[in-house]
Amino acid sequence: MNATVAAVLLVPLVAALAVALVGSRAARYVAGAGVAATLASAIDLARRVERDGPAELHVGGWAAPLGILLRADGLAAVLSLAIAIIASTLGFVTVARTTGRETSAARFFAVWLFAWAGSNALVLSSDVFNLYVTLELVTIAAVVLLSIGGERGALRVALRYMLIALPGSLVYLVGVALLYGRYATLDLALIAERMTSTPVTWAALWLLVAGLVLKAALFPVHAWLPPVYANARAIVAALLAAIVGKTAFIVVLRVWPALPHAFAASAGPILGALASGAIVWGSVLALRQVRLRLVIAYSSVAHTGYLFLWFALATPAAWEGAVYIVLSHAFAVAALFLVSDTLERLGGDDRIEQVHGLSARLPLSFFALALAAASIMGMPPTGGFIGKWLLVRAAIETDQWWAVVVLVAGSLVSAGYMFRILRLALTTAGPIERVHAPLAGQFAAFVLGIAGFVLGLGSGVVLDLLAKGFTP
Amino acid sequence: MTWSSALPVLVILSSLGPGLVIFGLAEHRTRARTALNVAAALTKLGLVGIILVGVLRGEQFQARIPFVPGADLLLRVDSFALLFVSLSTVLWLVTTIYAVGYLEGSTQRSRFFGFFSLSVSATMGIAMAGNLLTFFVFYELLTIATYPLVVHEGTPAALRAGTTYLRYTFFGGALLLVGTAALYVTVGSIDFVDGGVLRSAAESSSRATLVFIFVLLLAGLSVKAAVVPFHGWLPAAMVAPAPVSALLHAVAVVKAGAFGITRVIYEVYGIRVAARLGLMRPVVVIAAVTIIYGSLKALAQHDLKRRLAYSTVSQVSYIVLGTALVGTISTVGAVVHLVHQGLMKVTLFFCAGNLAHELHIHDVREMRGVARRMPLTMLAFTLASLGMIGIPPLAGFITKWYLGAGALEAHAPWVIVVLLASSLLNAAYLLPIVYDAWFREPRTEWPGRTGGREIDGWLLGPTLTAAALALAAGVFAGTSLSPLGWAIRIAREEFTG
Repeated sequence: MNATVAAVLLVPLVAALAVALVGSRAARYVAGAGVAATLASAIDLARRVERDGPAELHVGGWAAPLGILLRADGLAAVLSLAIAIIASTLGFVTVARTTGRETSAARFFAVWLFAWAGSNALVLSSDVFNLYVTLELVTIAAVVLLSIGGERGALRVALRYMLIALPGSLVYLVGVALLYGRYATLDLALIAERMTSTPVTWAALWLLVAGLVLKAALFPVHAWLPPVYANARAIVAALLAAIVGKTAFIVVLRVWPALPHAFAASAGPILGALASGAIVWGSVLALRQVRLRLVIAYSSVAHTGYLFLWFALATPAAWEGAVYIVLSHAFAVAALFLVSDTLERLGGDDRIEQVHGLSARLPLSFFALALAAASIMGMPPTGGFIGKWLLVRAAIETDQWWAVVVLVAGSLVSAGYMFRILRLALTTAGPIERVHAPLAGQFAAFVLGIAGFVLGLGSGVVLDLLAKGFTP
Repeated sequence: MTWSSALPVLVILSSLGPGLVIFGLAEHRTRARTALNVAAALTKLGLVGIILVGVLRGEQFQARIPFVPGADLLLRVDSFALLFVSLSTVLWLVTTIYAVGYLEGSTQRSRFFGFFSLSVSATMGIAMAGNLLTFFVFYELLTIATYPLVVHEGTPAALRAGTTYLRYTFFGGALLLVGTAALYVTVGSIDFVDGGVLRSAAESSSRATLVFIFVLLLAGLSVKAAVVPFHGWLPAAMVAPAPVSALLHAVAVVKAGAFGITRVIYEVYGIRVAARLGLMRPVVVIAAVTIIYGSLKALAQHDLKRRLAYSTVSQVSYIVLGTALVGTISTVGAVVHLVHQGLMKVTLFFCAGNLAHELHIHDVREMRGVARRMPLTMLAFTLASLGMIGIPPLAGFITKWYLGAGALEAHAPWVIVVLLASSLLNAAYLLPIVYDAWFREPRTEWPGRTGGREIDGWLLGPTLTAAALALAAGVFAGTSLSPLGWAIRIAREEFTG
């Protein structure tokens, strides 16, 4: 079991190293093998956690206060599997597109695999400092990925992202430092035991949360996100939206159980209010965009709201609902960026009009779009529906009808902005013929769309796995 | 998985699978598409036949798939489910053949028939849903699968109608979702049970909560059932091609709403609880208002399909009315009307489609003398119209007889006045068309026939078949396998459960 936990970190790291060493010409073959191996290691981890329950790995053999503890519980297993499905699908598309002549291919794949390893490390972490370090690794890898590609805007996008990610980390780090100064440990369980309610502690906790909120792009500090999604390479935008953009929430979810009740009780409603703002504001803005990528971006802003709504509901069913939104939105958003990419390659840009007649021109892409849209809208039986259902139930259970209204209104508006696109895709008046576009991207988008569907139909299995060893 | 749990799943897959294959077929492969469609419809018919025999022998057909915590996806075939499944299966076969003829030469047929199959699959799920969550899942799927059919022609008018359709149905879906979730929170798992789930739970929950949830559920379902004031989408959606109208009005959509209302009243709340909460009289009143309002609006329409659409608004609420009157006899009327209205309305829409397809007639004022050119179509139209009005021995008469008797049984004689008024209004908006078509001189010479027939056999055949079924449902009402016989069986189960 230890080897299994270690493998999800070491395999992508070794692969990254190998890719960097072989150079650009052979990079795609090595990268392809590395992607496949990492995917296999994540599947293996999920199967073992499912069979044997949660596992712990003490890196270097030291116990908690001194060493690094990696904990593979159900949440970690599910998340690393989802990351693997998305990162490998996107990775294979990139491999298929690489010709061997790009000079940056080796660098790109190496950083890609590194980002993957970092994300896996993050979901396996369970102390505030470890979570910080892994969050930073993922952020830095994302910045590097944004800067690779040589397009003119690439560097500017990378900088913009870094300028928001760094202050976020800094604020979080100050919080961590204050906690360490006060309690002399970074282990969440130990901190929770020793925690007393003093102004310093409260300030530290608020800094922690504020830093993460900034990184997660929760309303009202979301404005940096759409320009990044709109200008990055599609594959990188997909990775950012599907995986990197979700990491900050995962960290909050991990940290939350260790927080004192009094703090959680006062921070929860505030986060809930911000979340409601995110859902309403993000959805309404998504409705008004003329570019596909900006629709996706504002939809992501809204979905970040669904995640953070959990902190106001705070029932066990609701956290599973929030995780389900994480998973389903990740699949959907990656699929949508791939569809957008296909359209950009055909039509030159990502204006929504490019979707016109898609159902006749590119049926495979159309179905990917439709499946992803169904997940975003929370239509049954997709994963998005499971998430919405669990959250709505939790809101009713806790008698928070305002949250029911927000959730339902949010999903109605999301139906509005997704059907604005689907309607165009179904409009086939005029001379429209089937065209050809690279299959890899289309097929990958379709696979991710199907994954969102399977996530819903197979929710029994996923929820069972999720329940192993973690309850916030 | 055993045979008895596989069958309900197979009933859904028999249209879902071919539907997915059809999506992949190239546009010009008409024959392959038609063969696949008809084969799928016949397979489904065969499967339903097997289930019918099994149910008569007392076998149980049930499939349970784990879904969200505390609620499974449950497919189960009881008598009521089987009634709806049979209706949709038969009408799917007929409508598919009709659609093949109607859409000949048009574009995007693979997409059309693909979504058509998905719609029917969703309807099967609605019919066989064994609990409210399963019902909701398929109810929403039906919305999504029918939307591309409504906007099929891609014209601005069709797109506008599609948007209206989505606004209404998603709004209804949202209410239904909240109601369903609230019910699960209040009572826990709720599989449909004859006599209602809430019998024991009702004592422990507050009256206000139960009433609130009931309003949410009924409002959500009323959207698809086109109950006033949630009916606006139905007349708007008449811009869709005739086979789609048949699907919306007879095979699937409005039926899904009415069917759901019956399920909620009888098998979730249970009539005793619902009546004790004082919920039934308001529903009867709303249904009565819808019946009269729909008929009056129908009278004011000149567009034939719009007139028929408002007629549906009125007729579907017969089902709601009969359900809410809460009596064995009125329940028979409600349940049997699910079938009768389907058969008669599908006939009328086929006729409207024939007129539009062959002679480009859309307005009722253009129909003078049209029976000379299309006698068989108008014969079918006349039969279905008389049935709608409620002339014995046609299907509509059976419905109205049972509803009327049920009203007396339920001590609500004023309902008979509503039924009579509605019949008069039905006559007022249908008979002039019939009269004009048969007995008045055409304004201009009708264009000549092609191939000696009044219209292509792919269109005429289904029209006459549907009319014959509507006739048979009335004439053979006395047999035990007729819709009436089956409805009596269902009503008995609901009231003894």
